Amino acid sequence: MTQAATGTPAEGTVQRRKSTGSGQGRTRLGVTLLVLTALLVVSATAGLAIGSVHVPPGQVWGIVTHALGADWQQPDWSRARETIVVDVRAPRVLLGAVTGAGLAVIGTALQALVRNPLAEPYLLGVSSGASLGAVSVIVFGVTLFGPASLSVAAFVGALGALLLVYATARTGGRITSSRLVLSGVAIAAVLTAVLDLLLLTTDRGNEARAVLAWTLGGLGGVNWDTLWLPSTALLLGIGVLMVQARNLNLLLAGEEAASTMGLDVARFRARLFVLLSLVTGVLVAAAGPIGFVGLMMPHIVRLFVGGDHRRVLPTAALGGAVFLIWADIAARTIAAPMEIPVGVLTALCGGPFFLWLMRRDARRGTDRGVA
Amino acid sequence: MTATDTTPTELRVDSVTLTAGARHLVRDVTLTARPGETIGLVGPNGSGKSSLLRTVYRVLRPDTGQVRVDGDDAWSLPVRQLARTVAAVVQDSAADFDLAVREVVAMGRTPHKRLLAGDTPEDADLIDSALLAVDAVHLADRPFDRLSGGERQRVLIARALAQQPTLLVLDEPTNHLDIRHQLSVLGALRRLPATVLLALHDLNLAAYYCDRLYVLHDGEVTASGPPAEILTPRLLAEVYGVAAEVTTHPRTGAPQVTFLPEEPRS
Repeated sequence: MTQAATGTPAEGTVQRRKSTGSGQGRTRLGVTLLVLTALLVVSATAGLAIGSVHVPPGQVWGIVTHALGADWQQPDWSRARETIVVDVRAPRVLLGAVTGAGLAVIGTALQALVRNPLAEPYLLGVSSGASLGAVSVIVFGVTLFGPASLSVAAFVGALGALLLVYATARTGGRITSSRLVLSGVAIAAVLTAVLDLLLLTTDRGNEARAVLAWTLGGLGGVNWDTLWLPSTALLLGIGVLMVQARNLNLLLAGEEAASTMGLDVARFRARLFVLLSLVTGVLVAAAGPIGFVGLMMPHIVRLFVGGDHRRVLPTAALGGAVFLIWADIAARTIAAPMEIPVGVLTALCGGPFFLWLMRRDARRGTDRGVA
Repeated sequence: MTATDTTPTELRVDSVTLTAGARHLVRDVTLTARPGETIGLVGPNGSGKSSLLRTVYRVLRPDTGQVRVDGDDAWSLPVRQLARTVAAVVQDSAADFDLAVREVVAMGRTPHKRLLAGDTPEDADLIDSALLAVDAVHLADRPFDRLSGGERQRVLIARALAQQPTLLVLDEPTNHLDIRHQLSVLGALRRLPATVLLALHDLNLAAYYCDRLYVLHDGEVTASGPPAEILTPRLLAEVYGVAAEVTTHPRTGAPQVTFLPEEPRS
């Protein structure tokens, strides 16, 4: 035995455990996606079942399949329950999944685009820009684009804020974490102040209160008629980002290196800024500014599947969906019958996470030049 | 030219001038690299080596003059098309995003891939042989951002090799490398079926591995030609401001530069 063991000293110790390379990475990706999809189904079921009126999970599936037109279960539930599950909870759970997935992929892409692990739409003031845009539409009663006015204005606000933060944070082709976060915070503060000013001086008292609640982020008040817009935006966003996943990877190598590998960096970034602002705008118009999902999900996911965007994007999307569904369940049950804005809860989780990430990067930064 | 064309590229830098504000970074530089040649750029800090290389791999656009790659103006080709011919190892730190070494090298395949195409066994082979060329096979599964400076530099060179360039541009590729890897990396570059243009600090390495040298001083070419012809004490005194002795090494036959400090050791 001892002879055999000393005969092949190196084979067992070859460093393969931390593998995120293609072979092992692919199987791990498959398993991760499968687990997350199962989690998503469980979470959605919980989201439909839990609430002021408790519906048993079995019945939830009966109601859902019935509503989809497949009658494998004899209806033994009241009309009221069906209404609660199908018309009240289902759109809300879906909006939660769509928003969570959307924010997670936006955060992932933004972190690559500005080459900074602390980037996130909420922290960078992009969500504030979107809020301001949307609120201006409500306060001034502009309906230039019909029912989509809110989303269009939120998109414009988001893009404006993103460009402003990017321009102020960038010096000499580099964006340091401190500058990025500081300009994000400063610009978010100004935008929020303008927003508060608008709300305080408007003579539409009731609307102002409703808007104030919305600015804290919440999934209530959604219905089937308004769900299509955020869903379409999400699909568009994920679709384009998945197609561009290789190019997002190139950005991780640095701008000069990315261009030597065939990427027109300036044009690519400009186009994706527009796309990300569009998706952020639509999501914020639907669910209010919800923070930190876009910060947390990409980092958690990278621990499991590595940094390749072809793997990070789908995983982060599923993770974000699961996370926000549960955050919303907590938001409407913790202080029931009162509802806590879901943005408050995500900030409760995300704030400490941000601090941890900042300290980790500061420790690592000494030997790798990430300021 | 087809995608599978592996004939080394001819590079012509034609009276290139590059300014930053009122300062000349590169002044009227003309340089040629014939197909398959290894060309070294040497010169003191701030002499314009990196700036000149940047005009070749298309990051800084020359104010006047042209960069011609196989006769085509490098600055009018589509970025992606140029990337299938010219690869570069640049001095630019990578961000912190948990990529494995293999994934970093795989990036080099990007200009050859359609957007949604997966990695084929062919890509995997190219990545393997690129890692082998820089003695980094054992690093393949390690996280890139936890490597030492020298290991990272080798991986970045592997990434450029995976790009299958016919012109390879490298800015101080031996930075951070220990002696053994300086020699093995430069040896591997010489064996490539490609034209190589590289900036080097170490004159002796440059003299040994390069077919011809261009000596840059204040953004201008002071001398150019085979190392044995141009590396003279007079040139070194003029460009570096240091007294030096140049001999022919009895074993390698290459010029050997020994710098002579002003004050003798006490």
